[in-house]
Amino acid sequence: MEEYNATELEKIREEISESRKKRKTCITVCGGTGCHAYGCLKVAQAFKDEIKNQGLQDSVDVRTTGCHGFCERGPIVVIQPKGVFYQRIKLEDIKEVIAETIVGKKIIDRLLYVDPKTQEKIVREKNVPFYKKQKRIIFGNNGFIDPTDIRDYIALDGYRALTKILFDMTSEEVIEEIIASGLRGRGGAGFLTGKKWEICHDVNSDVKYVICNADEGDPGAYMDRSLLEGNPHSVIEGMIIGAYAIGASEGYIYVRMEYPLAVKNVTRAITEAKKLGLLGESILGSEFGFDIHVFRGAGAFVSGEETSLMASIEGKRAFPRQRPPFPAQEGLWGKPTNINNVETWANVPLIINKGAEWYSKIGTRGSKGTKIFSLVGKINNTGLVEVPMGMTLKEIIYDIGGGIKDNKKFKAVQTGGPSGGCIPAEMLDLPIDFETLTKAGSMMGSGGMIVMDEDTCMVDVARYFLDFTQQESCGKCVPCRIGTKQLVDILTHITQGKGEEGDVEKLEDLAKTVKEGSLCGLGQTAPNPVLTTIRNFKDEYEAHIRDKSCPALVCKELIIYHIEPEKCVGCLLCLKNCPVEAISGERKKVHIIDQDLCIKCGACLEVCPPKVSAVSKYTGKKRDRILKKSSQKSKK
Amino acid sequence: MEKSVDELEKDQRELIHVLHDVQEEFGYIPAQAISQISKQLKISESEIFGVLTFYKAFSLKPRGEHLITICVGTACHVRGAPMILDEFERKLGIKAGETSEDNQFTLETVNCVGACALGPIAIADGEYHGQLKTRKVDKIIDKLMSTKRNGSD
Repeated sequence: MEEYNATELEKIREEISESRKKRKTCITVCGGTGCHAYGCLKVAQAFKDEIKNQGLQDSVDVRTTGCHGFCERGPIVVIQPKGVFYQRIKLEDIKEVIAETIVGKKIIDRLLYVDPKTQEKIVREKNVPFYKKQKRIIFGNNGFIDPTDIRDYIALDGYRALTKILFDMTSEEVIEEIIASGLRGRGGAGFLTGKKWEICHDVNSDVKYVICNADEGDPGAYMDRSLLEGNPHSVIEGMIIGAYAIGASEGYIYVRMEYPLAVKNVTRAITEAKKLGLLGESILGSEFGFDIHVFRGAGAFVSGEETSLMASIEGKRAFPRQRPPFPAQEGLWGKPTNINNVETWANVPLIINKGAEWYSKIGTRGSKGTKIFSLVGKINNTGLVEVPMGMTLKEIIYDIGGGIKDNKKFKAVQTGGPSGGCIPAEMLDLPIDFETLTKAGSMMGSGGMIVMDEDTCMVDVARYFLDFTQQESCGKCVPCRIGTKQLVDILTHITQGKGEEGDVEKLEDLAKTVKEGSLCGLGQTAPNPVLTTIRNFKDEYEAHIRDKSCPALVCKELIIYHIEPEKCVGCLLCLKNCPVEAISGERKKVHIIDQDLCIKCGACLEVCPPKVSAVSKYTGKKRDRILKKSSQKSKK
Repeated sequence: MEKSVDELEKDQRELIHVLHDVQEEFGYIPAQAISQISKQLKISESEIFGVLTFYKAFSLKPRGEHLITICVGTACHVRGAPMILDEFERKLGIKAGETSEDNQFTLETVNCVGACALGPIAIADGEYHGQLKTRKVDKIIDKLMSTKRNGSD
């Protein structure tokens, strides 16, 4: 490969598109992490081998692409150009797919997605309900791009925005365009991206930096990773444009080390871009030069906070610091620095290509464009969904997500990760944007959306998040270090049945102190899960404290497992599977759990055949009655 | 003067890269490595110790023959990850973050591996075990015991 100038890039683009047209059929295998876990690499290899065996390699391409988003149904295979959607592909299906669909042009019914509502079998990807309501302007190309091949990105208009700004726009014009688009930072706080650039642009300095924050730490959120893994060049192009706008010559991508595939793909993408003259000195023959380094994080949640992140790049402990000075004034090594999140950067080339006016028509008045959410938890269609800002929670959870798993009742949805809050069923009609979520006591965060059903205990969820933030607190400031510890202790006591009257008030009081007194975003938002669960699910706190009961039957110390004598058929299954031999009984005789020995692992409930379902969980008064009875029996 | 300060900063910047390399090579950060890094990067040993103990990626103790990682992300949590973790802890006789006395197993937790559709998940020597039930824990441990660890995945 050689370095291109702008004209050569366009020529190459045409050549690639032409050569792609000749080979009409392309089998795309989703290569996202979800599908990796299902074994997609073996599937892709098997397709390649079989195509070769059949001598079809000149007319059929096999491509491992970025994440398609519908993780629930992996491994996913889409056959282009028609977009035939096959799901949950196994190795044994491959010969049949090639013989029937590729050669015979017939659809294999068995591999199609069945709409659970209508029982209709759906052939094309775009007609699957999960995709139908989405607006995939950022994420949509993932399914067409092999992230290890820059030509795929170039074929889909890649680096066209870069040519446009380098030769037709001044840095001020680029900033104006981004401001006009209304793009706001996708990392959590939602600051206007163009404004942020402008501040950094206006500072006088010989050296400036841009940083891509890919330290996606919120548990249950993985859209940034899928973008970096699946379409790394869109992020790189966005960063070059940003660097041109503010006048930076060096950039960093700070990636979580837990994302090895993202590190690999983005590092490779940078190398490829350098070879073609898209990074480095005089990009595309212009006067502008810019280079990007990849920095692997080392496993600290707090390094997602911008001042901590910079400390980490400098090789220090990821401690946050007081702002101002803001990074735009004094950032990395004391130089003006602009930090944006992965998804924000990926929006930039699109805005330049299609224009601020087009972009600002999508979304709500205050929040423009789309947002990618990772829809996970007790939901039928787990996956990554991209929707226009302003869509309601109900549409996302029921129309796209297919509703709650196992026909259970919806209880809450948690957004914003450990900094966010739990939104109850009454607010399902809420249109999602930056402001509405904040008003609801939660926040947009990076886009995690964890669905919870009637079997989720909200006190336990609050304890879970506080335990998380407590462990991840860097310890620099007292309110966060000690405050989160006290919050966890009180919550743990409540979940163990040791809660006292007044605990809720204590939590609220303490939460306020932690929120107001903490140095950085981690501490300032850490109490949100406690406050929103108290606000929306106070009855659950009261049940734990007053009645020592856990209505969702989750908190171990407050529940017991019990075998219903009238239902038990004496099959010995639970008895054999109990790891602590707490169950006694004989074949065809009722089995009994010894409550003193039981460790509440749930194995008996798991193995009891659904037809019998003799094992139940109890809490509160009913639990006390059963316990009383069994202790009377053992005395006799 | 300013130039030499600049160079020192560049050295500090290398610290986390170097620690990553050592951790990958040895599976932990040996004491000897700390003094060597200190000499080469001209950073005090205490500073290096401070940095490496701050981050979860680095460990001062070697890991066991087999590594089992339990995802405790939110999606896995609401789908029962705590029960899975309990079961592993009980079966292996160690707590999360510990290595068994015979050096066979290290049990760790991770905040999210982003394969939420498969939750709850355990990763045993690089192999994903999704939609786990407590009763499958035994089989995973047995399988590990019967295989030698292959590579460093």
